[in-house]
Amino acid sequence: MLYYILRRLLSLLPSLFIMSVLVFSFIHLIPGDPAVILLGDQASPAQVAELKVSLGLDQPIYVQYLKWAAAVLHGDFGKSVFFSQPVAEVIAGRTETSVCIAVLSFMLVLLIGIPIGIVSAAKYNSKLDQFFSGMSMFLASVPTFWLGLNLMTLFSVQFKLLPSSGFPSILQSGDLTNLRYLILPCLTLAAPNSALIIRLTRASMLDVFKEDYVRTARAKGLHELKVVMLHVFRNSLIAVVSALGFTFVGLVAGTVVTETVFSLPGVGRLVVESVLRRDYPVIQAIILFIALLYMLINLLVDISYAWLDPRIRHG
Amino acid sequence: MNDILRMFWNRKIAFFGLMMLILVILMGLLAPLIAPYDPFGVMPEHRLQPPNGLHLFGTDNFGRDILSRIIYGARMSLISSAGVVAFSIFFGVIIGMFSGYFRKVDIVFMRVIDVLMAFPPLLLALVFMAILGRGLINVILAVGVTYLTRTVRIVFGLTLKIKEEVYIEAFRSAGATDLRLLFRHILPNLASPIIVQASFTFAFSLLDMAALDFLGLGIPPEIPSWGNMLSEGTIYLTRSPWLLLFPGFFIVLTVFAFNLAGDVLRDHLDPRFRREISGV
Repeated sequence: MLYYILRRLLSLLPSLFIMSVLVFSFIHLIPGDPAVILLGDQASPAQVAELKVSLGLDQPIYVQYLKWAAAVLHGDFGKSVFFSQPVAEVIAGRTETSVCIAVLSFMLVLLIGIPIGIVSAAKYNSKLDQFFSGMSMFLASVPTFWLGLNLMTLFSVQFKLLPSSGFPSILQSGDLTNLRYLILPCLTLAAPNSALIIRLTRASMLDVFKEDYVRTARAKGLHELKVVMLHVFRNSLIAVVSALGFTFVGLVAGTVVTETVFSLPGVGRLVVESVLRRDYPVIQAIILFIALLYMLINLLVDISYAWLDPRIRHG
Repeated sequence: MNDILRMFWNRKIAFFGLMMLILVILMGLLAPLIAPYDPFGVMPEHRLQPPNGLHLFGTDNFGRDILSRIIYGARMSLISSAGVVAFSIFFGVIIGMFSGYFRKVDIVFMRVIDVLMAFPPLLLALVFMAILGRGLINVILAVGVTYLTRTVRIVFGLTLKIKEEVYIEAFRSAGATDLRLLFRHILPNLASPIIVQASFTFAFSLLDMAALDFLGLGIPPEIPSWGNMLSEGTIYLTRSPWLLLFPGFFIVLTVFAFNLAGDVLRDHLDPRFRREISGV
């Protein structure tokens, strides 16, 4: 097992290298002089020249890359053009909201997606299954922001049940009731993403239903509920686990839109604001951060795979 | 072809999807003929009217007719999604096929593609929009690149599989060149999975582009696209909810229709390839 983890970690290195090169080149792909881009349009030529020297833009490109990579490894992502404070601080101030939303919606996705998937597969081709299949395809076809706006109109404007925007920090106030600000955003985010998990759970369970050992279990007179839960569901878990990385990506992309709709102070909204403000160092740091997180999650998924299924670990 | 039509007919809901597709495509094609008003026609005295006999879907804050704007918006949405599909399929097939066939090419290409896939599509598109700036062509490029990676992955996997088939070996020993093998014998085998992928790409890219419009990073605001209409409508969320209702409704129906089409085509597909195409 340890050998497997080590091998998997080593295979990550080339990907990390390519990713860092891509993220680094991002700022050089923008038409125009990076120094001018970083300082904004109002900068004087003297300021630009000064920044060029201090950033090392007069040096060969591979030297620039190495310097940038070394700084990033020390947690130095440069300075935000808009906030004129270190990028790391700007992002850190926004993480609480995004982490709360991502974790809560992720749990919601599993709570909605897996049970519905199980029922659909167990009642294959019944009216209920057709209803759930239709519903999951419908959910996958709804634009996240439109769903959010509709929920907001209904629950905040019409019935005045839930707050429509903002999120006062829980870490600072210690007030857990602030979580009510996240109910609508999490529902908005979870709905389209649970569609994927519903379809996946259903499909992988249907595959397992065809296996010989399921027939054996039924033949020996095991209760159908036991067959479904103990034999079929357990063995179809691997396919579901493999989709968790994917679901995470969907949730991250969703926070960009959801946080904007509900005016939440999170990283997703920061990306949109930074793109509109042309605050490139912030964008660069966030995409690096998200890609790293994705790779980490996929690593965990692979390890849990190997743990669930010995064939993979020795393969 | 007849088989596929029969498939649609047998599944009632899929048939409904097909009808929906035809409706939206006709709306886009015939926009100038069927739109009751000029989509840019400002009528201040008619501003923010709820749906009524004159304006079936109501009017916006400039007094422009929502129905007419939705009809023209169908045109924008279809053109931009078709652009994404054309871009991502054309380059995706070429890159995927060559990387799968000539194993030397793949080491670099597939690593880059894998890394690009680590970014959520919408986020990647946002980054490209930050580089390129607002505009129709730029949106198509930005979203196209994000779906390109998925097409490459699928085509790559299939090419690896197909090139090991006995009939390819037979043609090779008969003296067929690499290019002939690729375009005459491998490409036709890729056709049906590519069509399925195209249909899903159409659906998902339409959603992504609406989101970009909504965030103010898509098609320029003066052009009536469904996303732009929703973006403008948010300000009047409480006062005039129909500004949000109708464009959103058409997005849902169109995406739903393309998803259904993808599903039906996949069920109908060569069973050898079903595993590679998951629809996402």
